[in-house]
Amino acid sequence: MTAALALTDRPQLRRGVRAATDPLTDETVLLFPEGVLILNETAAAVVRQCDGCLSVAEVAQAVGEVYDDVAVADVVSLLQDLITQKLLVTNRG
Amino acid sequence: MDRPLGLLAELTYKCPLHCPYCSNPVAVPRAAELTLHEWCRVLAEARQLGVLQLHLTGGEPLTRPDLTPLVAQARDLGFYVNLVTSGVGLDQRRASELARAGLDHVQLSMQDADRVAADEVAGARVFDRKLAAARAVTAVQLPLTINVVLHRGNVGRIGPIADLAAALGADRLELEHTQYYGLVLLNRSALLPTRDQVVAAEHAVADARATYGDTLEILYVVADYHESYPKPCMHGWGRRHLVIAPDGRVLPCPAAAQIVGLGIDTVRERPLDEIWHHSPAFIRFRGYDWMSEPCRGCPRKEIDFGGCRCQAFQLTGDASRADPVCQLSPDNHLVEAALQVVAPPRQPLHPRSNPSIM
Repeated sequence: MTAALALTDRPQLRRGVRAATDPLTDETVLLFPEGVLILNETAAAVVRQCDGCLSVAEVAQAVGEVYDDVAVADVVSLLQDLITQKLLVTNRG
Repeated sequence: MDRPLGLLAELTYKCPLHCPYCSNPVAVPRAAELTLHEWCRVLAEARQLGVLQLHLTGGEPLTRPDLTPLVAQARDLGFYVNLVTSGVGLDQRRASELARAGLDHVQLSMQDADRVAADEVAGARVFDRKLAAARAVTAVQLPLTINVVLHRGNVGRIGPIADLAAALGADRLELEHTQYYGLVLLNRSALLPTRDQVVAAEHAVADARATYGDTLEILYVVADYHESYPKPCMHGWGRRHLVIAPDGRVLPCPAAAQIVGLGIDTVRERPLDEIWHHSPAFIRFRGYDWMSEPCRGCPRKEIDFGGCRCQAFQLTGDASRADPVCQLSPDNHLVEAALQVVAPPRQPLHPRSNPSIM
């Protein structure tokens, strides 16, 4: 049902989804009405760039400047997964 | 994971509605309810324990005049704050106030898409007030989930219910079949849908999802009486969630108070951390050691945790038995027998009574 993610799409957290820091572990978590998703360090870095303005390509580039083992395909796959879980939406580029 | 993630805070049992599937048709006098000051202390304790999500519920939480400062305090502590409401009392002013205080999300209950049927189930003329409440929520840009409890009388109107939720600008629609706990069991034969209705409902959900795609997320919680295996109730007893009743009793699930002899502690007498780790009510069914066969040796025990303890207690009198919904349970015939009982459609319901205790 959801179209494939394009590199020009501009992702952002869906309304009602909030990124926060777990007070016990300092990990980044996504909070939404019925659940909690704990993000690893690189996933957290990706999500923090998703402001609805930066494109997928720009998000991948920004994260790649900090973490040198991040492939664009991995970023796309993570974002696609978050879209499937209805935590992220995209503005068509 | 040795920490709770979610806290269901039942602020009051007062409610203007009389739904026959109410999970809390009981009275706690207002004078016995935790005060704002007590809630603030308890929320701080919950935060230290690792709770990330706070669901403010009831009864009707809007009947608490101190709801807004409580939301502000909760948000200040870092919680994701969700309000579970009937919408009665949620006008534009209150919605703005709650949004400004930092409320994250609203779950609004609707009884039906049909006004007459909805008001009949609610036992009050509230349908139009709920529509107004939904508009007040979306007007202040708060994300909205419409919750509908399904039963024989409304399960045939999933399409119109989805249409209504979409028209109201909801982000999510949660359709959940009635759970038969406590006094709701009295209404089981009048509320339980038939097998055909459940099959038709699944098709209607698929159709509505196809119609609304990404614009309306539709969650569907299956009718466990019609399933082969039980639900993973609360994701395991005392594992991820805790419930605090209006008078401060701390429970592993909202229905657990009915289990006799559980050993329930209250936040007025013990710190929350101690209750989570040591309260008899939490230890009783935590993990797997309490299980007997067929659960003990079952490979599904890590999926469904033996199902629902309250349902086992309610149907068999023994909370440590397998959930009778499970086809492997020796008590499964009790559920099968209930499914054979088809009550006449106009059988009177036992509405929730609301003793006028302030």
